Formats: sequence, C-alpha cells, structure tokens
Amino acid sequence: MLEKALTGSKQYWAWLFFLGAVIFVGFLFFMWQFREGLGITGMSRDVTWGLYIAQFTFLVGVAASAVMVVLPYYLHNFKAFGKITILGEFLAIGSVVMCMTFIFVDMGQPFRILNVFVFPTPHSLMFWDTIALGGYLVLNVIISMVTLKAERSSVAPPKWIKPIIILSIPWAISIHTVTAFLYSGLAARPFWMTAILAPRFLASAFSAGPALLILFCLLLRRLTKFDAGKEPIQKLAMIVTYAMAVNVFFVLMELFTALYSDIPHHVLHFQYLFFGLGDSKVLVPWMWTSAILSVIALVLLINPGTRKNERILVFACVAVFIALWIEKGLGLVVTGFIPNPLGVVNEYWPTLPEVMIALGVYGIGLLIITVLYKIALSVRGEVSR
Amino acid sequence: MYDAGKIIAGLVIFLVLVTSPMWYKAATGTKGEAPELKYVTESKVCVAETEYMKAFHMDLLNEWRDDVVRRDDRQYEGLEGKVYEKSLSRTCMSCHSNKDEFCDRCHDYAGVSVYCWDCHVEPAEVQ
Amino acid sequence: MGLDRRKFLKVAGCAALGIAGGTTAKLGVGGSPARASSTSKAVHGGKRWAMVIDLRKCHKAEECDDCINACHVTHNVPKFDNPKDEIKWIWRESFGHAFHDQEHEYAAESLKHSPALLLCNHCDNPPCVKVCPTQATWKREEDGIVMMDWHRCIGCRYCVAACPYGSRSFNWRDPRPHIDKIHDEFPTRTRGVVEKCTFCEERLAKGKIPSCVEACKEKAIAFGDLEDPNSEVRRILGENFTIRRKPELGTKPEVYYLV
Repeated sequence: MLEKALTGSKQYWAWLFFLGAVIFVGFLFFMWQFREGLGITGMSRDVTWGLYIAQFTFLVGVAASAVMVVLPYYLHNFKAFGKITILGEFLAIGSVVMCMTFIFVDMGQPFRILNVFVFPTPHSLMFWDTIALGGYLVLNVIISMVTLKAERSSVAPPKWIKPIIILSIPWAISIHTVTAFLYSGLAARPFWMTAILAPRFLASAFSAGPALLILFCLLLRRLTKFDAGKEPIQKLAMIVTYAMAVNVFFVLMELFTALYSDIPHHVLHFQYLFFGLGDSKVLVPWMWTSAILSVIALVLLINPGTRKNERILVFACVAVFIALWIEKGLGLVVTGFIPNPLGVVNEYWPTLPEVMIALGVYGIGLLIITVLYKIALSVRGEVSR
Repeated sequence: MYDAGKIIAGLVIFLVLVTSPMWYKAATGTKGEAPELKYVTESKVCVAETEYMKAFHMDLLNEWRDDVVRRDDRQYEGLEGKVYEKSLSRTCMSCHSNKDEFCDRCHDYAGVSVYCWDCHVEPAEVQ
Repeated sequence: MGLDRRKFLKVAGCAALGIAGGTTAKLGVGGSPARASSTSKAVHGGKRWAMVIDLRKCHKAEECDDCINACHVTHNVPKFDNPKDEIKWIWRESFGHAFHDQEHEYAAESLKHSPALLLCNHCDNPPCVKVCPTQATWKREEDGIVMMDWHRCIGCRYCVAACPYGSRSFNWRDPRPHIDKIHDEFPTRTRGVVEKCTFCEERLAKGKIPSCVEACKEKAIAFGDLEDPNSEVRRILGENFTIRRKPELGTKPEVYYLV
C-alpha cells in the first residue's frame, strides 16, 4: 500500500518538498542545540519546560481525539463516520509521532532516552506516559492498516481487529489522562495541581482535534476528489461544540475556585496569565486573544444557523484551534513555573532556534499525515473505479 | 522479478561501497596496525588479569560506577587480595596516567567514543 | 554516546536472542573474575543525616559566602553570568522568598532583610524521586540522602518541576568553561543533566563532614544523625523552636532552621 504515496500530482510533491525543507532546517537547528545544550532555548533555571513540552501536551490531545470518530463509528455503528474514521486514525498517528519527537528534542541527554526502558520505574508517571503513547501508536497503526487493506480488497475487516479497536477507545482516553497526571500530581506546582486537569485536557482535546479534522476534510474536498459529505462534518461540528462548551465551563470552574478561595499560590498564576505580575506580562495579549476567540467560536458553534454554514464553520474551527493552542500549547505549561516555588517571577519566551526546531517537528507530523492521507485517498480511488 | 538488472546493479554498487575500505587498504598496501599502548607505571599488575582487562574493562568500570554511585561500595579486592579504591581517576589513571596514549589510542583505532571525560577529570587537566 | 548505544544493543540483543545470556556468562561479562564481596563497605555511621541552620548566627557575618564558596569549589559548580543558566547547590535567598508563608510586613527588620541559606532538603518523602523515570535520583535507604546518578539522568527535568524548593539546577550548557579552577577530587557535570547538593556524600564516605559545615566560621550549620539521640542536631532540635520549608506538603525536609 505504501507505494501509493510515491505517485502524485506536482502540487503533492511540491508540498512534500516544502515540508522536507522545513524539517531539514529544524534538524540543523537541532544539531546546534545538541552541541550547545538546551541553553539556546528560552528555558531557564526557573522555567524548565517550555514550547517543546507544551506542544507535546497539546498534541497528545489531538492524538486522543481520534476516539471521537472511532467511538461513534465502531460502538454506535454511526455509518456517516465510515469515510473519515481512517482520517482520524491517521491524524492520531501523525500526532503521536510528533509527541514523541517533541519529548526527544526536549531531553538534555536525548541518546539516553532508552534508560526509561532499561530502568523501568512504575512510580514515575513519565514511564506510564511512554507506555501509553507507544501503545496508542501501535494500536492505531495496526487498526488503520488492517481496515484500509480490507477496504482495498472490498472485504470486511477480519474479526480479530474488533477487540483491538474497542481497546483503542479507553486507550485514547488514557493517553491524555496520564499526560494530565504528569502535571496534576505535583505538589510543588499549585497551578497544575487540580483534579479537573485531566477532564479539562480531554475536553480541550475533543474540541481542538475534531476541529482540525473538519478543516482537513474541507481542505481535502477542495484539493482532491474526496468529499467527506455534509452529515459527518456537521456531526463533528456538534462534537466540537459540546466539547468546547465543556472546556470553557471547566476553565471557569478553575477560575472560580482559585479566585474565590483567594489563596495566593493559586491566584497568582491566573493573575500572571490574564493581567501579568508587575512588568512580567508576555502572555497577557495571547491569553485574551484565546479567551475572545473561545467566546466567538462558542457563539458561532452553538447557533445552528452559523454552525450549519460551512464557510462560517471553518472560521469557528480555526478560532477553536487557535484558542486552545494558546491555552494549552503556550499558557498552561509555562505558567506552572511562574512564579517559581520561591515566589520569584522569571518569564519565558521561546528563542528562534527553539521555534525552528518546533516547526521542524510539526513538519514531520504534517509529512506523515500527508503521506497517510494520500495512501487512504488513493486506495479509495481504486475502490470506486 | 521486475527491474532485475537495476536491482542487481544496485546491489553490486552497494557491496563495493560497503567493502571499499578493504579494497583501499589492499590497493595502497597499508595494513591496519593495532595501536601500541604506553604504560607509565612501575606496577606489574592491574586490578584484574590483563586479558580480562583488555576485553572487559568497560564492564568493570560500569560495575565500579554503579557500586560507588548507587551502592556506596567503594573498595575492590583485586588480584592476590590487594584492595583498591573503585575510582577511574584515582585508581586507573594513577598507573595509566596518559589518557592520550593509553585510552584514546585504542578507542580511536576501534572507533569507540566514550563520555567518561565529559565529567571525570583527566590527570593532565588539573596540572 | 558509544557506550549508551553498546549497552542498548546488548540489552536488545539479550532480549531478542535469549541465548546471549549463556555465552556472555561464559566470557565473564557482568562479573569480573576477581570480584570480591564488599566486606569493606565504607563506614560512616549516620542513619538519617540532617542539618540545622542557625540563621541568627548566619546573619552576624553579613555578605559572608564561605559555605557557598566551599561547596561550589569542592563540587566544581560552574558560575554563569546569565541567571537563566545558573547552577547552585547552596545559595542565599531573602527570608521572604525562602519562607514566604512565614513572612509578614511587620516582621523584625533583621529578619526581613536577612538572607536564608537554601540547599536541597534531602526530604524524607522526596517528590523528585517519585517522578524520576530512570531512578537517576533516589533516596539512599541507609542514611536518607537524596542521591544523583549523573551517568543515568536523561535530562527530562521532571524532578525540577516536582521540587517545591527550587533546589535543582539543570546544565543548560557545558559547565566546564565556566568553572574557574577544576577541582580534581570531584567530577564536573556534562550539559543536559540535573544536579543538586548531595550532603557531601563523597566526603561522608571518608568520615568528613560536609564542606559547607566545615567552612562556616560562625558555626551556624550543625550536621548530624537524627537517629542518634545524642547528636548535636537532636540536641538543638530538642531545645529550640525550629522551622522547615513548606512542611505542609508532607515532604518532611531534613534541613531545619533556627530563626
């Protein structure tokens, strides 16, 4: 099946070469970081996790969101998702690979990373996260390849794949739960130490992921002969709407608990996010952008008239994605470190090499997703001919 | 087989490239010579048999490392009951004090890069 | 990196083949021929090391850096100009930063402006140890010291995130060019690993007290075994009111302060 990726239009190849160039530039910057150390990033003694770990956290959500198409299709026999389930699974594969790459580039000693397996440590959540992510990747590769192969031969997928598909559903929930536990179990960081972090992660994942999937489907309709159809897009939009509403609700609960109890350790982080602490306020405009986009997106999504208009839906999905990327991929991780445990404020902002490496990793993910989508669409082309 | 000619030609080119160092050596007549190590010590014995040390010094060092760092076990009973401190920089390097002519000469030849000296201080560095 | 790769291949190979174990055992890998049982274990006595820092005595010698210098020279701790890259094992911090739950605006001026000496608390229930994915940091059962294995650390900095005391530093860059004079009795670190105070475990192994304790002219730092009822630390703790940093987190810090 892989050979399907080797033939394509000029546009297809141009896009792949563009991604290749982005990856190559990212790789060069990574070589620099590998030689000099992580000192070339914006991270510091106080803010020890930054853009890389934040992207990892955000993308675990995107990966987990595949469950939002898999579950209705396989558990509730919701046929309308039949065409796009594979797209969700391929999006998950690309996202998990990006997650792993982001972890790799964030390590001080990347080539010692196998120590996690050489000295397995069950009391560390990072050990479980590695297992969860690795397992999820394997599950999705097996499921997507087996079902696609069956589709190519116009036969029903083998029976044994069904339990594996069912397993992948709780597994998807687990990857984001364990990722939230990485943070929420730390007594040292009150900003993250909240029981609602895992539910919040899932809610934001189930809105950002399907929003991205809608955008991909609409893009594929313009660029290729593939058409997901109106109904699945609308169903996805409904999922985005509910998940986004739940996410905003959860964030408001966090704000209430922190602000009404008025315990400084909890208040200060939110104050930093939305108003800044003293002169330290780099995230303030971003967080307000995120908040405003969230509100606009919710209005457009909840109102059936605007949600059903695909042109407006595109705008709402972009708003959801950007709002949540800022919330999780920029604000959430860094703010846990600001102020530091001694009450001192040292800000963080990524450096150019750091951004280029991050873009390179996104390039890898997009390359994988492009190639996999190409394979899926080519197989579909064969089937209909 | 499709494209048999191309595949076979490709395989031949691959094999030639992979074995090229051997052809180069054969053509130029140079022979790989095992490096000569320099010992700057009066002592005739090491902590273990020379043959063992030649083959497995890395395992011994790893074991020493874990003993000292993780088990607080710092002394090693060597040949004939002689007791040594488990220390690369203090025990090993007290006899093999020239890193360039002892460690590196062989490691370079074998294409091995070790990270011991990223942290451990080699004798000459402090002088 | 060569050894890492070798080790990995070895582990992978053993797992895959299953027979490799037999052959390597014959060759003697993993057990050197003359290996002796460790009857000669270093004697240092302490069962639960702890420290009491008397901030009142410490304040007397304003601007004194003796303990900090002694520690940082002994352990090859680098000096970076950029605070972003900073590495510190023991350092001075304002009282308000060190104990921000204890500070109030009408506190004695001497207290407000006087610095507190901070270092790793060698917690009895260390949160950093719990999170480490490779056991590169662990609590030594024999004497309670929270140890570091710089050979094993992968540099994920999870321990830094988990430490409520800001006691851990990461090597953002190669530390060597930033060490004034390398002290040959102790290794340096390499870029990409986390480091912190180890209560001078290498000195304890030789029967010496920690270098900060030794260097303090005011005798403001007491060090000893909590399990020994006659130790100096037990005497001070029994006779005085002492505080610890963030005791409410249940980490049970073993560095106590007299204020």
